[in-house]
Amino acid sequence: MRQWLTKTNLLVGLGLAAFYGLIQILIQAGVLRAFHQVNLITACLGIIMAVSLNLITGFTGQFSLGHAGFMAVGAYFSAVLTVRGGVYSPFSIVAGGLLAAVFGLLVGLPALRLKGDYLAIATLGFGEMIRVLLLNAKYVGGAAGLFGIPRTVGWTGAFFAAAATVLVIRNLLWSSYGRACIAVREDEVAAELMGIDITKYKALAFAVGAFFAGLGGGVYAHYFYGLQPDNFGFMRSVDYLVMVVLGGLGSLTGSVLAAVALTFINVILQQYSAVRMILYAVLLIVIMIFRPRGLMGSRELRIGRGGARKAAGDGAAGDA
Amino acid sequence: MERFYVFLQQLINGVSLGGIYALIALGYTMVYGVIKLINFAHGDIYMMGAFAAYFAALWLGAGFFGALALAMGACLILGTLIERIAYRPLRNSTRIAVLITAIGMSFLLEYTMVFFLGARSRAFPELLPPVRIDFFDGRVFITGKELLIYGVTLFLMLALQLIVHKTKIGRAMRAVAFDREAAMLMGVNIDRTISVTFALGSALAGAAGVLVGIYYGAINPLMGMTPGLKAFVAAVLGGIGIIPGAALGGLLMGLIETFVIAYGQSTYRDAVAFALLILILLIKPTGILGTNAREKV
Repeated sequence: MRQWLTKTNLLVGLGLAAFYGLIQILIQAGVLRAFHQVNLITACLGIIMAVSLNLITGFTGQFSLGHAGFMAVGAYFSAVLTVRGGVYSPFSIVAGGLLAAVFGLLVGLPALRLKGDYLAIATLGFGEMIRVLLLNAKYVGGAAGLFGIPRTVGWTGAFFAAAATVLVIRNLLWSSYGRACIAVREDEVAAELMGIDITKYKALAFAVGAFFAGLGGGVYAHYFYGLQPDNFGFMRSVDYLVMVVLGGLGSLTGSVLAAVALTFINVILQQYSAVRMILYAVLLIVIMIFRPRGLMGSRELRIGRGGARKAAGDGAAGDA
Repeated sequence: MERFYVFLQQLINGVSLGGIYALIALGYTMVYGVIKLINFAHGDIYMMGAFAAYFAALWLGAGFFGALALAMGACLILGTLIERIAYRPLRNSTRIAVLITAIGMSFLLEYTMVFFLGARSRAFPELLPPVRIDFFDGRVFITGKELLIYGVTLFLMLALQLIVHKTKIGRAMRAVAFDREAAMLMGVNIDRTISVTFALGSALAGAAGVLVGIYYGAINPLMGMTPGLKAFVAAVLGGIGIIPGAALGGLLMGLIETFVIAYGQSTYRDAVAFALLILILLIKPTGILGTNAREKV
C-alpha cells in the first residue's frame, strides 16, 4: 500500500490551504472587491472547464467542441432544482454534474464510431442543439433566460470545486484508468491489442469530463444569479478549448496555468475593449505558430521530484 | 391547391438559400480535401466578400457583375494570404494546432471588421432592378435576384468542375487530396496546389457573400459565423472532400432549413441543421456521396 501522506502531498495541501486562506482574508478585509472576486471565480471556472476538457481531448484524444453544452446542462438542471425544487444548492450542483455525465455518455457512446474531425463536428452539433433547445424551452425562460437563482457559491465554493476537479482528474489519470486513456490516445489499434476496452475508456473520459463541466455549470449558475442560453454557445466551448491547447494537450498544470492566465489577460484587455478580440486572435495565432504544442507541451509542473517533468505518455496528442 | 402553391414557393426560396450554402460548402470541402483542415475562417471570408462588394458598389459605383468580380478577386487574394501567413508554417503540426489557428483567424477577421465598421448591420445597395415573374396568378413567384443566384451558382459550380477535372492544376489538386506524399514524389508542387485550392475556395465564398447581400439586403461583420458552420455541415452531409457532395449537401441544407421555417418553428432552424448532422454522422459518417474507407493498421 502506498502511503498517501507523503511530503509532496502535504506540501501541495498546505500550499493550497494557504492560498485559499490568504484570498479569503483579503476578501474579508475588503482588499479584494466584487470586481476582483468575479475574476477569481471566473478563473476557477476556467480551471474546472479546461481540466475536464483536457481529460477528454488532451489525454484521451477525443476532440470535443461541445464542452459548453455539458456546462449548460449542469447549469440549467442545478438552477431548476434550486429555484423550482427548493433543493439545497450543493446537492443540486452535484446533481447537475450527474445529469451532464449522463449526457456525456449519450454523446460519447454513439460518437465512438466517429473519429477526429467528425467527432469534433458531432460534439459541436450537440452543443449548439442544447443551446437551441434551451432557447425554445419556456420552462427555463427561453431566450430571456432563467433568473433569480440564489447566490450560494462564492470564492470558497468555486475554489473547492476547482481543487476537487483537479485532484480527482489527476488521480484518475495517474491510475490504470488514466494510463488506458493515454494508450487510447496514442494508438487505438495497439491499445485494443493490449486488451484495453477502447469503448469503455472513451465513454469514461466523456462521462467524467462532462460531470465536471456540469459541476462548473452549477457553480456558474449559483454565482452569476442568471442563465441565458446564449451564454453557452460555440464561443464558450472554443474559449475552453483554447485554454487546453494553449496550456498543452495532456498537461493538467498547463491547463490550470492557461485558464488563470487567459482569464487575467481578458481582464486586462477589457480596458481596451475595442481591440480586445483582435489582440486575443493575434495571440492565438502567434502562439500556435511558434509553440504549436502549447506552452507546456505534455509536461507537468511538479513539486518535489525535480521540477518540470515529462508526464506519463510522451508526446502530445498526435492527430487529435 | 393552396398548399401546393406554398410548397412550390418554399421550394424556390429553398433552392436559392441552398445555392448560397453550396458555394460556401465547396470551399470548405476543397480545403478539407487537400489539407484535412476545417477552415473556420472560411465563413468570414464570405463575410469579407459581402463587404468588398458593398464598398465596390458604394465607392466605385460598380454594378452587380463588377461588384461580384471585385469581391471574388479580393477574397481570392485574402484566402491565399491567410494560407501563406497562418496555415503554411503549421504544415507539419498537429491538426488541432492548425484548427485553433483557423479559429484565431476567424476572430481576427471578424473583430478587425467590427473595429473599423462597428457591429451594426448595413443595408446592401440595390444592384439589381426589382424583377418578379409570377406563376399561377401571382401565388407563386420568382424574383430576378433568385434567378440570378441560380445562374451564378450554376455557372461557378460548372466552372469549378471544369477546373478540377480538365486542367493541370485541377489534376494536381485531386492528386494531393488522394495522397499527398505520393503526389509530392510525382513532382507535384504541394505548396502551390494548396495555395490555389485556398484561392479558388475563397473566391467562391466571396461570390456567396455577394449573393447573400443581394438576397437579404443587409450585411454585418458577424454574418459569417452561423452560415459558415452550416455550410460546413452541408459539406459533411454530402461527403466531405467530394465536390459534387458539397453542392448536393448545400442544396439539401437550404431546402430543409426553408421548409422547417415554413412549416415548423423558425427558432428551431439551427437545431434541425445540427440534428441532421449528428444523424448523418451516425448512419453514414462519410456523407451521402462518400465511400467507406477501410481502416488500415
